[in-house]
Amino acid sequence: MSRRSLPEINAGSMADIAFLLLIFFLVTTTMDVDTGLVRKLPAMPEEEEIIDDSQIKARNIYVVLVNAKDQLLVEDELITISELREGTKRFLDNWGKNPNLSDNPQKAIVSLQNDRGTSYEMYINVQNELSAAYHELRDREAQKKFGQNYSDLKGENKKEIRKMFPEKISEAEPKNVEKN
Amino acid sequence: MSRFKKKKQGGTPAISTASLPDIVFMLLFFFMVTTVMRETTLLVENVLPKASEVKKIEDKSLCSYIYVGAPVSEMKIKFGTEPRIQLNDSFKLASDIQEFVATKREATAEEKKPQLITCIKADVDAKMGLITDIKQELRKAQAFKINYATYTILD
Repeated sequence: MSRRSLPEINAGSMADIAFLLLIFFLVTTTMDVDTGLVRKLPAMPEEEEIIDDSQIKARNIYVVLVNAKDQLLVEDELITISELREGTKRFLDNWGKNPNLSDNPQKAIVSLQNDRGTSYEMYINVQNELSAAYHELRDREAQKKFGQNYSDLKGENKKEIRKMFPEKISEAEPKNVEKN
Repeated sequence: MSRFKKKKQGGTPAISTASLPDIVFMLLFFFMVTTVMRETTLLVENVLPKASEVKKIEDKSLCSYIYVGAPVSEMKIKFGTEPRIQLNDSFKLASDIQEFVATKREATAEEKKPQLITCIKADVDAKMGLITDIKQELRKAQAFKINYATYTILD
């Protein structure tokens, strides 16, 4: 018996179908990568527990206050946002020289306090400047030790630098400072 | 002259489109694999602040999103103009956050639970009062890892 070969399926319209699907996915796709500032919140204090911060010497705390008018008060001084990065770096990178600034970066804590009326934009700007100060110091140290930027380091080396400049930014317990 | 004419007579051969489906399929698969469908409709205005010292979120499936902002124009009549919290597809109060975080935790595999992160996508016009409330609720819910979503700028 002669085998009749099956007629070939016309694949000419396959491209059209594929195009249709392609356009659908092109339209619905979102390629945005989520980026942001990562922070760790402190655990909720137990009831009746008194927060004892007297053990931390005042010189090791860098107090950053932001009020409802988005003004910055850093270590009792009114400054602008552009000065914050340098100020933080000076504070962290003191190594006990200036008696008003930190003993060393491991002990140093940046304490950020905001008002309920502070704008979110300002708050993020402040957080960003504080992070930038840490990153610049880490980069400098990484360059000195390994000849690489901090973000390019791997494993142990990265840990070492991170230990040297631990990012200690404390977001203080909320207080309602100014009312209006 | 005649030689020139002869060439013209032949005409350019039609370009074969036989490999066109292959190319299109290749593109199609690329987009199918990379596509992420938007699972929530934004009910709030959401212009994120800008920052330079940002980190990327590696795994979006471990992220629970909290949107904060003033309701969009169609919602203004019903919900006012003050910034509000949006969880999933509806407006919620700060007190609902604990339940929201717990639901997400339930749905995540045990070994991935420590990596869960909460993304706060707040509008630039939001006030810190509301964000502080959210942060307090997250602390109560023991979801300590947070991410302030921002756009990236180079400084």
